[in-house]
Amino acid sequence: MDPDEVALLLDDVRKSFGAVRALAGVTLRVGRGERLGLVGHNGAGKSTLMHVLAGVLKPDAGTISAEGGRQVADYDTAAAGKLGVRCVFQELSLCPNLTVGENARVLHPALRGWGWRKRAEGLILEQLDAIFPGHGIDPKTIVADLSLGRRQMVEIARAFTVTDTPIRLVILDEPTSSLDATAAEQLLSYLHRANLGGVASVFISHILPEVLSAAERVVVMREGRIVLDGRASELTRRIIVRSMGAADEELSEAESSARVMDTATDRPRQVVANPLAGTGGMELFACQGDIVGLAGLAGHGQSTMLIRLFDAWGKRDPATQVAAPVALVPGDRQSDGVFPLWSISRNISVRSLGSLRRFGLIDPGREKDLAAKWRERIGIRTPDMDNGILSLSGGNQQKALFARALASEAGIILMDDPMRGVDISTKAEVYRFIRAEAERGRTFLWYSTEMEELFHCDRVYVFHQGRIVAHLHRGQMTEAAILRASYADASGEVA
Amino acid sequence: MTAASLTTRGPARFDAVRLLRMLLPAIALSLMLAVIFSQQPRAMSYVGLTLLLNLAVPVILATLSQLCIIAINDLDLSIGSFVGLCACIAATLLKDTPLLGVAALVAAVGVYGLVGALVHWRALPSIVVTLGLSFVWTGLAVLILPTPGGRAPEFLTTVMKWKPDWVPLPILYAVILGLGMHLLMRSSVGTILRGAGGNPKALANAGWSLLRARVTLYLMAGMLGALSGLALVGLTTSGDANMALRYTLLSIAGVILGGGEFTGGRVNPIGAVLGAMTLTLAGSFLTFMHIPPDWQIGAQGAILIIVLALRAVLNRAEER
Repeated sequence: MDPDEVALLLDDVRKSFGAVRALAGVTLRVGRGERLGLVGHNGAGKSTLMHVLAGVLKPDAGTISAEGGRQVADYDTAAAGKLGVRCVFQELSLCPNLTVGENARVLHPALRGWGWRKRAEGLILEQLDAIFPGHGIDPKTIVADLSLGRRQMVEIARAFTVTDTPIRLVILDEPTSSLDATAAEQLLSYLHRANLGGVASVFISHILPEVLSAAERVVVMREGRIVLDGRASELTRRIIVRSMGAADEELSEAESSARVMDTATDRPRQVVANPLAGTGGMELFACQGDIVGLAGLAGHGQSTMLIRLFDAWGKRDPATQVAAPVALVPGDRQSDGVFPLWSISRNISVRSLGSLRRFGLIDPGREKDLAAKWRERIGIRTPDMDNGILSLSGGNQQKALFARALASEAGIILMDDPMRGVDISTKAEVYRFIRAEAERGRTFLWYSTEMEELFHCDRVYVFHQGRIVAHLHRGQMTEAAILRASYADASGEVA
Repeated sequence: MTAASLTTRGPARFDAVRLLRMLLPAIALSLMLAVIFSQQPRAMSYVGLTLLLNLAVPVILATLSQLCIIAINDLDLSIGSFVGLCACIAATLLKDTPLLGVAALVAAVGVYGLVGALVHWRALPSIVVTLGLSFVWTGLAVLILPTPGGRAPEFLTTVMKWKPDWVPLPILYAVILGLGMHLLMRSSVGTILRGAGGNPKALANAGWSLLRARVTLYLMAGMLGALSGLALVGLTTSGDANMALRYTLLSIAGVILGGGEFTGGRVNPIGAVLGAMTLTLAGSFLTFMHIPPDWQIGAQGAILIIVLALRAVLNRAEER
């Protein structure tokens, strides 16, 4: 490749955190206007690579060169900004206390002086209109008041705004994870247009079909190295999954293990939720050992239903009956999942402290045993369970949250889209686990935004605008049927 | 979750609750004034309002100083002693040797900036640092002015006793300070400062220096604190090391009463000014209500609890 055609070039970049080698010599060339897909397990080094590209992390060794082959000596956030490198981080990087327009200002030192507010608001609105037509976001709104999906839209649109330095490269880490199907589609088609205009993009995602359709070139990372680099048109899902490691086999096994189950109701009903007065829709029920999926577009009442069920345990509410203790596996790890200052074992045992007591105090020995047992069973990768929970990669943190719910006495496990941003092999392990626990008589209610995950369920309820609009049994569950129900009587709506 | 509740619920109620929450400090202040005026109609005059609200000016300045610190998720437990120190400097050094006085005030403000840098570099809890510092400030004040006394410089008394034509002085100052701080916080620089409280990591990733943001806010806090001390001495005409100790808690309560939050860079300067006025008025309000002095401190606390409880209720209503 001609050096002028390079947007950014990493040469033999290495980065370690203590004993963990996050990047073990990565050489990556992003061409001008190229759409690059980056995939890999959690802990494969994608996030580290991205933070290096963004200038947030300084590599231990290796060089970074810009357009024309110029080597950049002190590559930090300021240098990255000057080169026109922008990032959409997985953890939302907007200031929730500022308005949408003010958040645009944060990215652009040039927005100052008289009328900066108007210019900032115009800038972000223009970009939102360009990427997500019909977004319905007022740039004067405070970000904290926006839904997660809309915040993500603002964050993406902000990365594409231009004031003084032209954009060369936009790095998107799991950009579609909180977008609904329409917005995700809009984003992918915008990326295509942007690339025609010479803006390169690095697109990180766990959803392989999305990567294959969004990217021209796909790079697979594993254990801090690039293990596969090829044109998207020549790759298939199978090849990518195989290059990531043993996940291929596990995945297909998990898929086939989704057994055909009769939904005969001879088993006791563990959960019954009638539609709330005035809302209509169908009732929801789950028998012991069921894995029940909650589907539909994001934010259409699935989480609300889970919280309603969670609150119902121990109360006498005729509309919502729950026959066993309930545990919730949250999806948003940062805000309602982990206790960031606690150890891994305490994060697991916190749901079960009641049963770990001796003379009214927590028995450290039993707590340790519990943590050790679940480390073994669910495969949490850490040298020491007494390390802080944040020392784990995202996927392993999520495993710890699963362990927290499963280690408890709860008979009903509610899952609020828990696999968001989790790598494929962790997913496969957890799917197997869920199936095994269901066979032991636990009941699962599983809200998922990923179509593929729903096929691990015995039955699926489809939500639309807070109501259940369809109840699909194993035999009726097809992608088309679920999509049809999700979009029921909302043909013109853009969420 | 929030998406669903936002779309399923009409925006009208949402806005009404939010509006009510925003107006709460104004409502509390007007209610208090209304009761005072109904008890003592003569208070509703130029002189009456000046007398009622005179002492609010230094409290407002101290509250805005606290607001700067809270904007970056810290808390300043030394502001009361700092105001006391600045008042003592004004009543002695500034009066006798103006140059030395100015230098002392500038140095004190500079120390505030250094404290900000220290809190940032060592990632220290601001509460601990400022609590320790409060004893240093009071100690210095006692060294400068061992017994209550001193005299306010002429120009300070002039500034604080000035009688503008139409508006009572404290109200004029309150409006200037509230609007000034509001505009400052909404400016392009103020936006970055608030962003540093809202999401520090994101701000750093966008290439801004958090150290600079924190030092700037601490310096602003120091300046406002020094102004508060000057205003206080201008009103009382003499100094005392312990004269402003209660400002620490008053200023925190004022910021929160005015709609600020302890974390997340959510501050509201105009609300904070109204909150500071409400808290200053609470004392006179109780006297006008004929509450015996023995009960006044308790009653003042009760007022604070009621208003803050109302705010919490409105917050919850908004979330629902």
